[in-house]
Formats: sequence, structure tokens, C-alpha cells
Amino acid sequence: MIDLLFPAIISCIVAFLVVFVMTPPLIKILEKRNFAVKDMNKKEDVMVVRPGGPAIIAGIIASEIVLYAFLQMNEIIAIIITTSAAFLIGYVDDRKVMGGWFKPVALAVAAIPIITLGAYDTDLAFPLFGTVQIPALYLVLIIFMIPITGNTINSIDVLNGVASGFMVIASFSLSLCLFIIQNYEIAIVSLPLGFVSLAFYKYHKIPSKIFPGDSGALTLGAMYGSIAIVGGVEIIAAVALLPAVINSFLFLSSVKRIVEHREIKGKPVDHTDDFRLKATNDKTAPITLVRLILAGGPMTEKQIAFAIFKLAIFSGVLAVITAFMMGVKL
Amino acid sequence: MKSGLFGFLFGMWALIIIGGGIVVTLLGPISISGFGDFDWFIASVIKAVIALVLVVVWILILSKLKNWIFKKEIKF
Repeated sequence: MIDLLFPAIISCIVAFLVVFVMTPPLIKILEKRNFAVKDMNKKEDVMVVRPGGPAIIAGIIASEIVLYAFLQMNEIIAIIITTSAAFLIGYVDDRKVMGGWFKPVALAVAAIPIITLGAYDTDLAFPLFGTVQIPALYLVLIIFMIPITGNTINSIDVLNGVASGFMVIASFSLSLCLFIIQNYEIAIVSLPLGFVSLAFYKYHKIPSKIFPGDSGALTLGAMYGSIAIVGGVEIIAAVALLPAVINSFLFLSSVKRIVEHREIKGKPVDHTDDFRLKATNDKTAPITLVRLILAGGPMTEKQIAFAIFKLAIFSGVLAVITAFMMGVKL
Repeated sequence: MKSGLFGFLFGMWALIIIGGGIVVTLLGPISISGFGDFDWFIASVIKAVIALVLVVVWILILSKLKNWIFKKEIKF
């Protein structure tokens, strides 16, 4: 454990600094190229550049290479390849409008390196009840896991700072859980995700200077899913991600098909005169987490973001409880 | 609304724990013999079918839970 301390500290510093230092010049480059979109939740015509994915992936690759130099684990290579593939998929979607099926299918392909590098264990661990061996079924689970986590984080990227702030809470909760179940090596491998998200949050929080875009959100989500698989903490990871899962579940159960947000015609939320957000009564619009939060009355963008963070902290606590329950057998 | 969301989160968590118990006790012991090299494959197919049924049941329960918790709020 002590011998892992030095690589852990170095990789966390690298993860944070790369994103923290690289994002301001990236913002300037994107401004020069006019890669900007209107921030729909601002009264004035505010344009925000995107995507921040290149800074995020740079931080992840740099920190994981540092860790690989010390640990030489196949799991790190699998995480780097799958996460980089997710970044490329997101970047394509940032540049060119793709169909609703493109990202899930492409992300399923991105999960293949985890299988080919053998960076997984076919035992699925559940709290209180122990493990179940599902060799063939687990391969299907891997193929589904990366598209689910990638798109789940992407779907929650709706307000300033929410995706990166949510990932800070969820990924640090997951790292803590990995320490609790004494999977120290993967715990350390997972730490850069939290630090990358934290550094990006500095520029993404309200008022955003940059949006992560699909490349940023898919990168964060795919790395989270990869860690869940290589760390054998699929259930704990799902628990820590529950608010985002709820958002996807509500969306899919109301729309009843896989579809891009931009293809939805109904508006789930609208603005009041003072530009707070309010839920609409549009029956054709999907039910989302934000819409449910706003069902109690109009709120500012910042208030909604903090409401989502509170839910993320609650899920993080449930994930930690679940991790402790892993050591208990009925 | 916010307390409803926390309740829904807790409900999902409870469903995951209970679902895990069902998976371990139901799927875990399944093993097939008499088909030679195909034993593991047939056992996997059976496990996959049961797992899919459990997922569908889980989603249906979750939908009911959602409608029950948010029945006052969801007018849309």
C-alpha cells in the first residue's frame, strides 16, 4: 500500500495540472476557430466554446501513462484504449451530427480492448449475497457497460458544470469504495478521473467558459465504466451513478426509444421572465431529472446544479455503504 | 420533490440489493451436464434468459415506483 503512494500522488498531480493548464489555451484556440454554441440558459446571447474533450483525454492519458510506468498493469492499457476510443467517438459526434444509434454501437466496439486484454474478472460481486460466475454473460455485460456509462454521463450534461461536478463526486466515491474493498491498485488507477473532472470543473462551472461536448462527456463516462469493470465493482459503480441512471431511465421510459436529445421536439423545461428554469406541461417532451427537480417550482441554473450534486452525494454515501456490505455475507 | 427523488434513489438502491440476492441464489447454482463441451454454453444461455427476465421485471417495478412516488408531481 505504502509503495503505491508515490505513483498515486504523482498521477493525481499530473491529471489535475494537465487539464488545469491545457484548458485555457484550448478555450482560446476554440474561440479563434469559432467553435462555440449559445448557452441556452442565459438571458443574454452568451456563446460558450466546445469541446473540452481534448484537455480531458490529455489529462487521463498522461496520468495513466505515469501509473503504467510504475505498475505495468494490463488494466491501465485497457482503460487508456477504451477511454481514448470513446473520446474519438465523441469528437466525431462533436464535429458531425450522427444518428441516435451511432454512439451506443461505437462505444460497444470501444469496450472490446477490455476483453482482448483480459482486464476483467467474470465473477459479478453483489453485497450480502456473494458472487455469481457468469463467464459468457459477463462479456455481454462489458459490451453494454461502456455505452451505458458513456451515454449516461452525456445525458446529464445539460447545465453549466453538472457533468464535471457530478463526475467529481461519483468518481471519488468509486475510488473510496475501491479502497474499502481493498482493491488498492485499481483505486489508485481510478483517482485521476476525479482529479481530471475537478480541474475541468474549474472552467465548466457556472458561468461556463467551455463545455465538455460529447468528446468530454463520453470520455469521462467510458473511463468510469472501464474502472467499474477492471475493478470488479460494477454494482457499486452503478449505485454511485444512480442520479444519472435515473435521468436516462426517465428519459427512455418517457420517449420509449433510443434517440438523440436534439431529435426531441417537445421542451421539458422553459424559462420564466427572470430566466429561471421551470418545468413545462408539454406531454410530448421527455421526463428528465431536471424536469422532476423543477416540478416543485422554478429554480436558477445554479440551484438545480446543487440539487443534482446533493443527489450525487447521497448516491455516493449509498455506494460506500454498499462497499462495506460487500464484506458481509448472509 | 427533492425528498421524492431521494426516496426514488433509495428505492433503486434497495431494488439493486434485492435483485443481486435473487441473481446469486437463482443464477449462481445453475449448471447443466450431459451436453459435453456445450454444457457451459447452454448454462450461459439459460442464465442470460433468466437475467433478461429479471431486468424486465426490475424495470417494470421501477416504473411503478416512479409513478407512485411522483404521482402528484408528474402532470406532464
